[in-house]
Amino acid sequence: MTTHERLFEGADWDFRQLQRIHEACEEIAHGELGLDTYPNQIEIITAEQMLDAYSSSGMPLFYKHWSFGKRFAHHETFYRKGLMGLAYEIVINSSPCISYLMEENTATMQTLVIAHAAFGHNHFFKNNYLFRQWTDADGILDYLDFAKGYIASCEERYGRRAVEATLDAAHALMSHGIDRYPGKKGLDLRLEEKRARERREHEQSVFNDLWRTVPSGPAKTAEILNSQRRRALLGLPQENILYFLEKTAPRLHPWQREILRIVRHIAQYFYPQSQTKVMNEGTATYVHYRIMNRLHEQGRISDGNFLEFLQSHTNVVFQPEFDDQRFSDFNPYALGFAMMQDIERIVTDPDDEDREWFPDIAGSGDAMGTLRQIWANYRDESFISQFLSPKLIRSWRLFHLHDDPEFTEGIKVDAIHDARGYRRIRRELARQYDVGFIDPNIEVVDVDLAGDRRLMLRHMVVKGAQLNETDARRVLQHLADLWTYDVSLVEVDARDNVLKEYVVSPRTLAIAA
Amino acid sequence: MFIVDRRLNPGSKSLENRQRFLRRAKALVQGAVKKTSEGRDIKDVLEGGEVSIPLDGMHEPRFRTEGGTRDRVLSGNKKFVEGDVLPRPNGGGGRGSQAGEGDSEDDFRFVLSRNEFVDLFLDDLELPDLAKRKLAEVESQALQRAGYSTSGSPANISISRTVQLALARRVALRRPRPEKIAELEAELEAETSEVRRAELLAEIEALKAKAKRIPFIDPIDIRYRRFETVPKPVAQAVMFCLMDVSGSMTEHMKDLAKRFYMLLYVFLTRRYRHVEIVFIRHTDRAEEVDEQTFFYGPASGGTMVSSALQAMSDIVRSRFKPSDWNIYAAQASDGDNSLADSALTGRLLTENILPVSQFFAYLEVGEANGSTFEMPDSSLWTLYQRLRSEGVPLSMRKVATRGEIFPVFHDLFQRRKNQEKAAS
Repeated sequence: MTTHERLFEGADWDFRQLQRIHEACEEIAHGELGLDTYPNQIEIITAEQMLDAYSSSGMPLFYKHWSFGKRFAHHETFYRKGLMGLAYEIVINSSPCISYLMEENTATMQTLVIAHAAFGHNHFFKNNYLFRQWTDADGILDYLDFAKGYIASCEERYGRRAVEATLDAAHALMSHGIDRYPGKKGLDLRLEEKRARERREHEQSVFNDLWRTVPSGPAKTAEILNSQRRRALLGLPQENILYFLEKTAPRLHPWQREILRIVRHIAQYFYPQSQTKVMNEGTATYVHYRIMNRLHEQGRISDGNFLEFLQSHTNVVFQPEFDDQRFSDFNPYALGFAMMQDIERIVTDPDDEDREWFPDIAGSGDAMGTLRQIWANYRDESFISQFLSPKLIRSWRLFHLHDDPEFTEGIKVDAIHDARGYRRIRRELARQYDVGFIDPNIEVVDVDLAGDRRLMLRHMVVKGAQLNETDARRVLQHLADLWTYDVSLVEVDARDNVLKEYVVSPRTLAIAA
Repeated sequence: MFIVDRRLNPGSKSLENRQRFLRRAKALVQGAVKKTSEGRDIKDVLEGGEVSIPLDGMHEPRFRTEGGTRDRVLSGNKKFVEGDVLPRPNGGGGRGSQAGEGDSEDDFRFVLSRNEFVDLFLDDLELPDLAKRKLAEVESQALQRAGYSTSGSPANISISRTVQLALARRVALRRPRPEKIAELEAELEAETSEVRRAELLAEIEALKAKAKRIPFIDPIDIRYRRFETVPKPVAQAVMFCLMDVSGSMTEHMKDLAKRFYMLLYVFLTRRYRHVEIVFIRHTDRAEEVDEQTFFYGPASGGTMVSSALQAMSDIVRSRFKPSDWNIYAAQASDGDNSLADSALTGRLLTENILPVSQFFAYLEVGEANGSTFEMPDSSLWTLYQRLRSEGVPLSMRKVATRGEIFPVFHDLFQRRKNQEKAAS
């Protein structure tokens, strides 16, 4: 093994050293780990700029809105009191991939952060299927620039108050402004003709006069046909409420539709991130761990600096136990990193249990190949339900609590880390990360076009969890203001029993006129 | 790979968002600011600081679920086995006992800067027109440096600038340096060749002559420091707090007075760079005391308002020249005064105090359970009422409860008051 020159000594760094650190990391990341990344752009910022970035979801530019000011004030207070430390970095899913590094990081920390963000996260952004499907890394910064400019020009033309009211309403519905499934592409004329021709040919080839004599069900009444036709025309049921409003709300101005569209696009951009917290952080942590170890082996980092790295790494992947005061939930860094390391172990050094549970990957020998494949094709929920191993469940001593309010004696321990419990624990943990269970399932089901134009929504209640009433009323109020007619929401359980019904009328000073 | 140094970018990108937030939360924040300032000392009231507003008003609603059956996977099992039943943490039917319910009741805390704090505190108040006019009049002339001139008094010669110019001139005209001449002379001493000596001698002569023609300092080099006189507003104010501390003044009354003084102090510091406070308390005789004694020191005796006014007038004469200081006074009393004192009080006020004061506020404080309507006109009130009708900078109000202080203050200093306009 060739020994390399030290990248830096001590804690100080300068820009030339950053360049060399980046090159050294790149050599390992691309050469040894086989990562595939967007070009990097590294930006050095101060603590205040970091707070700024916090309040606009980490994005370097964003439109103006009071809620970001509120977030800023909140973070600032916590930071000043010392209740909150700031992140070492923020990384943005764009091409080039922008990583913000804090100026007060030591040289070791900068190395860690470059390995973590500029290679770990970067690779994940570029390769994971959710990001590839839903986000456009090349265009996001231009789009945000457009959004900022557009909203500012709207404020100038239509008044700040009107724009703010529209944005408030759009923000309230942001979590329901997401397409969860890629939409069907509309066919053009030629494809339509082709499909019709193929159908005709198929019908001719399988023609049998007997079918004509088969009785069909009772004829549908005109009313049912009518309502089916109406719902098909409106594209109902529709779970993307913002999209529905943008396309069909009767009295919105064109600029308001554009604002809804902007908010919807931004929500969509962040959608993959919320589904891949564990994987994203796990990937980045695993990558920085590999790179830092390699740099140390090569002699490019001194022992002292390596110890400094190990200390912050250990802090990052610390998982308090459930009875610890610090416990709030699973630390995505810890869980992700533990799973990645576990997979590496299964691939390179499996035991019989692993062979039984993971026949596909156990002992295949190519840890990085397997991991790269996993990083590309899974999200948190599917990742956990596939790859959480019994060994990890044992070593973390996981257990599952089932809290049913009807069961008055208390909370039941449903499964623990034993042979009977592995699969149940794995399924439940995966479900904790399933957006389908986290976000309430609310759909626009119908519009009363013949009557008072009421917009009808339906919340499918899962496991008895109903909406918080105050919040629901407020959100519906915003929705009604945009729709400009009454809005109703029913909460129904799996057996179609109506549990609760809300009806909200638009405020007299409607946003749209 | 690019490295960009963003540290030099203009900071506070969030300032605009922050201002929008404050504008939106204005009413709430104002309420919070007033509440926060209640517990502070007069001078501390100006410091910015943390306020908390009910999150409710600034809430960003979302559809979110609560209750129902909950499943949770946790780490660090120590003793549980499958089928164990654990008691619920708070009893309470168990519905959402672990969920963050009721967090909408939480307060939203954040830090206001000093300026933001005071702006919100004194929103839309202004010194009365009357006082402003006086403020404009009470200007003094002051000298201000205004560059250099070629003429002036010898006392104002700017040596450094003069030497600078002389040096520049000498360099520009190539005045031979004395070292150069000395060098040539040394060479002359050592030189043996006659021809060369003659050359050197001629050169030295030429240089000496040139040095003589170009003086070291020429009259055209001389520069004088120039001054201009500019009108300078008096940027300092003194605030007299007069209070009756005789036995009839209860703690409640003193508290009301303190609040009023506090507001006035804050208000004056907004307008003047430097504000001093003088505390004068009086019973049947007056003394100047510190803030602590003023509000909390025990005292008893009869009531002679004139003694306080006399003390104030003495202090003004000895320490605060009316031409240099803007003088404000606020007097708090329950209105008792001995009858014999009335004439003297009236005379002191009209002759000594009001002519030099920008503003004199009289605050009559009442009992906690009383209302301002029930307060009969006291002897002092009647006296001041009479003086007031003569159009002097005297304002008076009655206050009985804490809640009235700010409205009364607001009332006194409200922007564009018709009454004050008429007076001016």
